[in-house]
Amino acid sequence: MSTIQVKTMAEFTASGEQPDILFWVGCSGSFDDRAKKITRAIVRILNHVNIKFAILGAEESCTGDPAKRAGNEFLFQMQAMTNITTLNNYNIKKIVTGCPHCFNTLKNEYPALGGNYEVIHHTQLVQQLINEGKLKVEGGEFKGKKIVFHDPCYLGRANDVYEAPREVIQNLDADLAEMKRSRAKGLCCGAGGAQMFKEAEKGSREVNIERAEEALAENPDVIAVACPFCNTMMTDGVKHFNKETQTKVLDVAELVAGANNL
Amino acid sequence: MISSGIFCILLIGASALFYINIKKVRRNILLGKDVEVKGDLKTMLRVAFGQSKMATRPIPFILHLFVYVGFVLINIEVLEMFVDGVFQTHRAFSFLGGFYNFLIGFFEVLAFLVTFGCAVFLIRRNIVHVKRLVMKELNGWAKTDANIILCSEIIMMSALFLMNAADQTLQVRGNEHYTTAGSFPVSQFIAPFLTNMNDGTLIFMERFCWWLHIVGIFGFLNYLPISKHLHILLAFPNTYYSNLKPKGEFSTLASVTDVVAPNFDPAYQPQTDPNNPQRFGVKDVQDLTWKNLLDAYSCTECGRCTSSCPQNITGKKLSPRKIIMDTRDRLEEVGKNIDKNKGVFVDDGKALLGDYVTHEEIWACNTCNACVQECPVNINPLEIILEMRRYLVMEESNSPAELNGMFSNVENNGAPWQFSPSDRANWINEQ
Repeated sequence: MSTIQVKTMAEFTASGEQPDILFWVGCSGSFDDRAKKITRAIVRILNHVNIKFAILGAEESCTGDPAKRAGNEFLFQMQAMTNITTLNNYNIKKIVTGCPHCFNTLKNEYPALGGNYEVIHHTQLVQQLINEGKLKVEGGEFKGKKIVFHDPCYLGRANDVYEAPREVIQNLDADLAEMKRSRAKGLCCGAGGAQMFKEAEKGSREVNIERAEEALAENPDVIAVACPFCNTMMTDGVKHFNKETQTKVLDVAELVAGANNL
Repeated sequence: MISSGIFCILLIGASALFYINIKKVRRNILLGKDVEVKGDLKTMLRVAFGQSKMATRPIPFILHLFVYVGFVLINIEVLEMFVDGVFQTHRAFSFLGGFYNFLIGFFEVLAFLVTFGCAVFLIRRNIVHVKRLVMKELNGWAKTDANIILCSEIIMMSALFLMNAADQTLQVRGNEHYTTAGSFPVSQFIAPFLTNMNDGTLIFMERFCWWLHIVGIFGFLNYLPISKHLHILLAFPNTYYSNLKPKGEFSTLASVTDVVAPNFDPAYQPQTDPNNPQRFGVKDVQDLTWKNLLDAYSCTECGRCTSSCPQNITGKKLSPRKIIMDTRDRLEEVGKNIDKNKGVFVDDGKALLGDYVTHEEIWACNTCNACVQECPVNINPLEIILEMRRYLVMEESNSPAELNGMFSNVENNGAPWQFSPSDRANWINEQ
């Protein structure tokens, strides 16, 4: 694997330059060991196509999404206004996120508080790069592999982005399979709404077990996800069924990086 | 003359009663907080009139379409019955000739499809026990309500068939009042059973069924305001006032912005009236918006929301349908309280949150929007759930301990976990 090249906004500004796009890494992508691999995969793709991008580094802070979903609007707005101040000071216009929750919050909930940016999710960026001919993904290690895509709620239903990740998977020459509940009918992985940070209420089973069972019923080589939280939940679900050797849980960015041996 | 008088009294009485009842529903809805919602006719035409969101479940979609189209179009025949009722005519529109015959025949086919649809719905509820139609929140009135609606529709359609069967038998016999008119593709199969009856019995049967249908319609009209069947009317305004923003966009609380923003911008001008502080979030129905309350009255308790809820599917207590039903139940309780106390609400020590909806339900939600996506009339149960979370967190500081931990991590470390903010970019140098 090649080493990755990353510059912060502070470094860009110090050298009097402005990047084309800001990569919003997100808390999971910054701190969770599994999600950090996805972050590096996204960076490898960005490096591979020579996109001039920056991260905020230590200046990035939680978007406030989990606080807002949990009902703590105060904390959300504190976070949002802190981040908006940083983003506006750097005159940021365009953001790509590694997480659908950051994507949704930055895109939909920051404008009302003075943060107006063009925000895209990394699967949308990858699909754009493929469409523009800047990125080739055909015939790599996932050729002919059966891949089932799990829709993240905050990419799919919340923002009606269903096709971008699927088009990327199809461009891998992979066999894209659909679960019974997919696209607008997709079942949540169980993490959203701040459930990631608390125990579930009493019930008959965990949501991620229900969803992993559905995905595994397709006998896929890969369960593709596009959200670090879905990744955690689906990985745990696959382990629950002792299927981790047959079925890998991978982010769409990892599929693309893998197909290019990045 | 006498029957014309009775008809007019019934018509005026039923209309007046309906007006009074629906005005009360309107008053209850307007107990909610004001919110600006831009109406959208296209969405209403597509979702309510065009039934677009029903199509994802083909069997109930087709059956419901039979009942819906039948209900809407058979009302044209009801218009004729009204004219007949007031002016003591018989089949007043029969001057339309061939077209009239076509219409009557077409209505019979529709009435048959309505009967068929309702019968299958009864079977699905009471014999097949389709899961979403027999969940425990439906025990009691909700279940009875559903069966009353379906049985009434079957009785009214049957009355129509019997009326037409008697009518055509009288027409064949050349009874002078019963002029030859109409075509009877369905009731022609009932008519052979009536041939042994004398004219008097047939006339009585025809009149009885006519009155049964008319009284049924008046009764049904006044049943709507106390029933989930109110959706046949409110589906239209409710979809007209649909939220057209991305489903992931949750409302920004201006009252919170007024507190937070001055820390960042000393010149910030508050958006809310400081002399009239509002509760953060929702404890009782009056804290909800009028749109939330319109949602509650528009719900026909079909349970598509609950059957797609990840938490409900995995056996948790949360049911988005129950949240909406609870909202309507509490709102009606508040409405009755106001009626009893000369137009003023007297605190009854109860609230939507706590007495109807439990904390356990509220904290289980994944905010995944599956319920919002599923609702055929664009009801939003998620907004009500989120607002109750806001109340619990910001007014009562009463959230699960793990979430309090997450809050303090976000506040102190800029992440929901306890990591140092300075380590945020460590991933660059790891492999």
